[in-house]
Amino acid sequence: MLFLRNPTKIITRAARLRQHRLTTALVEGKRNYGQAMFPGARAAPFVNQLKLTMPQDYAPIPIYRVLNREGEIADPTQDPRLGQEVVEKMFRDMVLLNTMDKILYESQRQGRISFYMTNFGEEASHIGSAAALELRDIIYGQYREAGVLVWRGFKIDQFIDQCYGNDEDVGRGKQMPVHYGSKELNFVTISSPLTTQMPQAVGTAYALKCRPKNDACVVCYFGEGAASEGDAHAAFNFASTLDCPVILFCRNNGFAISTPSHEQYNGDGIAARGPAYGIATIRCDGTDVFAVYNAMKVAREFVLRENKPIVLEAMAYRVGHHSTSDDSTAYRPADEIEVWNSVEHPISKLKRYMVHKGWFNEAKENEYVKDVRKQVLKQIAVSEKKLKPNWREMFEGVYAEMPTHLQDQMNELEQHVEAHKDNYPLKNFKH
Amino acid sequence: MFAWGVNCRNIRQHNMKVSVNLARGLFNALKTAPPALARSHFTYYPTTATSDKGDLQKMNMFQAINQAMDIALDEDPSALLFGEDVGFGGVFRCSMNLRDKYGKQRVFNTPLCEQGIAGFAIGVANAGATAIAEIQFADYIFPAFDQIVNEAAKYRYRSGGMYDCGSLTIRAPCGAVGHGALYHSQSPEAYFAHTPGLKVVIPRGPIKAKGLLLACIKDPNPCIVFEPKTLYRAAVEQVPTGVYTSELGKADILREGNDVTLIGWGTQVHVLLEVADLAKKELNVDCEVIDLVSILPWDRDTVCNSASKTGRVVVAHEAPYTQGFGSELAAYIQEKCFLRLEAPVKRVTGWDTPFPHVFEPFYLPDKHRCLAAVKDIVNY
Repeated sequence: MLFLRNPTKIITRAARLRQHRLTTALVEGKRNYGQAMFPGARAAPFVNQLKLTMPQDYAPIPIYRVLNREGEIADPTQDPRLGQEVVEKMFRDMVLLNTMDKILYESQRQGRISFYMTNFGEEASHIGSAAALELRDIIYGQYREAGVLVWRGFKIDQFIDQCYGNDEDVGRGKQMPVHYGSKELNFVTISSPLTTQMPQAVGTAYALKCRPKNDACVVCYFGEGAASEGDAHAAFNFASTLDCPVILFCRNNGFAISTPSHEQYNGDGIAARGPAYGIATIRCDGTDVFAVYNAMKVAREFVLRENKPIVLEAMAYRVGHHSTSDDSTAYRPADEIEVWNSVEHPISKLKRYMVHKGWFNEAKENEYVKDVRKQVLKQIAVSEKKLKPNWREMFEGVYAEMPTHLQDQMNELEQHVEAHKDNYPLKNFKH
Repeated sequence: MFAWGVNCRNIRQHNMKVSVNLARGLFNALKTAPPALARSHFTYYPTTATSDKGDLQKMNMFQAINQAMDIALDEDPSALLFGEDVGFGGVFRCSMNLRDKYGKQRVFNTPLCEQGIAGFAIGVANAGATAIAEIQFADYIFPAFDQIVNEAAKYRYRSGGMYDCGSLTIRAPCGAVGHGALYHSQSPEAYFAHTPGLKVVIPRGPIKAKGLLLACIKDPNPCIVFEPKTLYRAAVEQVPTGVYTSELGKADILREGNDVTLIGWGTQVHVLLEVADLAKKELNVDCEVIDLVSILPWDRDTVCNSASKTGRVVVAHEAPYTQGFGSELAAYIQEKCFLRLEAPVKRVTGWDTPFPHVFEPFYLPDKHRCLAAVKDIVNY
């Protein structure tokens, strides 16, 4: 772990070579008194003084950033030089996500949908990372990554139909709102149990690696709270030992519901765990869309070139409440939220950049926001009127085929519903 | 986590020879345990292969499983085989020689982490490749419970059929072995039987183990195969060397009879076959013996037909009584065959205690307890 003092230096290969020479020497009966030859550690030297290795011996992993608060690029060599069209898509996708979030949050408040989770403050880490990927790359998410879907082309009606669980929902109304998925956009369906997707993403990456001429990687998003689960440990370690082309993308937004990150872990965030597992690591400013983009671009090239994983930690702040079932002012001051909602907000930063570039047109953007608002509101009206799927679909998809015991249970319910029609909301469901 | 194979885990690959020998030593110790421990609670009743599925070859159960995995890896270039210590052949020798034959990219060790193995396997399957994952002992499947129950079982359902992990098979050695105590003896099938979306099977010997494993690997649903570890070496049969599958969800009637239906699975089937012999000899009672084979979904027709015919049912399993899978069978039989039953369904099972070490002979639902149950139920 000595190399952590210089986080840009990754010396796993050299160390492995040294280890190999040592073990060869061991097997051949040669003696090397200077260095340890235990199989369980790299070629570490012996020392004769006892010293505790303290966490503060290691400098924190720095946060890579391209845009400053004013929306200026500090180091021109780091300018991703994205054309106006791409930057405008980035901005508009962030705005679309933000606008849709505001309205769907409100519609949950009005009891029109059962549940919602916003993405406020994390738009840049979604859009920046998605923009650096190819559509064939497979995404595993947690639940706060709707921006990745926006970038990939998931439509407003698809988001809202899922939240309503109506007959147009590709998930067939089986999961809670915001548990999106799309086969054609290579976005694996979200599930509620935290972190379970991480070792799965690693397995998928391994399977991709085994394909001849593989040119796709896997990206797995997770929050810093989820990183405390055992599955995160499993994923880090499997990805490393089994050499999997996977980007483990941590959205560190400072909170897991009410739990601040200092109650979540005591180390240097999630990034510092990467080197401990033998994984190359990047930490970047998750409110800076260009920093995330550059980091992701490098990460993607690295994992595909080396068939090895990368840990990428994007630092941000969860501006919104955890979910519609949470009031976050119960555990954090409103003025703290306000800072992150204005000067440090990813959309504001990109807007300032666009203003410098002369690419920002106030009137055009206002028009765009108005248009998105209109689309979302219209879609809510449409989606809530659509019938839910036939209730018999409740029994479908448990297995690839329907076993006889499920057929029997479906028939049983059929007869019951027929006899007690008035007690069930049949009119809301397809027949 | 402590398992018999753990001792050799720290030894690196260059010391493989040492680790193989060490593991062999440990597991030969199992085979050649002192007489007191070697006392087996069952007599093996081999199955005769009837169908024409290639030449017959004498094999024990680990060899039949090895052959099934060999066929799966050979037939399907996407198939991967992994788990703790599978690389050198597995602590029960089930994956012997497969790494040499198919390469270490396809047959490999994972870190020692069951939730990781299950999650990784789901991811492999979700990419469309075939995953054959091993959990070293069924007793250690619980760290993977979340991945199996919340994830694998629900993958297809929750995504509206967009994603699935149907090409996933998990193998885990289960059941009593004479001296396995709490954590090398468990039969956890009932925990998984409560999980829609999974298929759970338990073979009674080599022919069935090979057929079920191949069926599970091909089945488009996530499957768990619990392999009674005491049968790995003890069960020897003439096994067809060709490719064949055993139907999932189908019970086998191993012996026909008219007086009492005996239902079991895994090793317990052999106990019940002996009980049927004893009942005939000592009580002149004609027992029908059913190997349930599939725990989920289970074969309701075969069970109910037999229960309706005999009117008396004994269900026996090694797992504890309360909420064991016998409860499901008993409840279903009384609901569907109520008017045909001559006596309450009797369950002979392990006790509601952890699986003990030195008390194993008193814990198991052995032939004496099962025969006593038959006597009770015919005298009811």
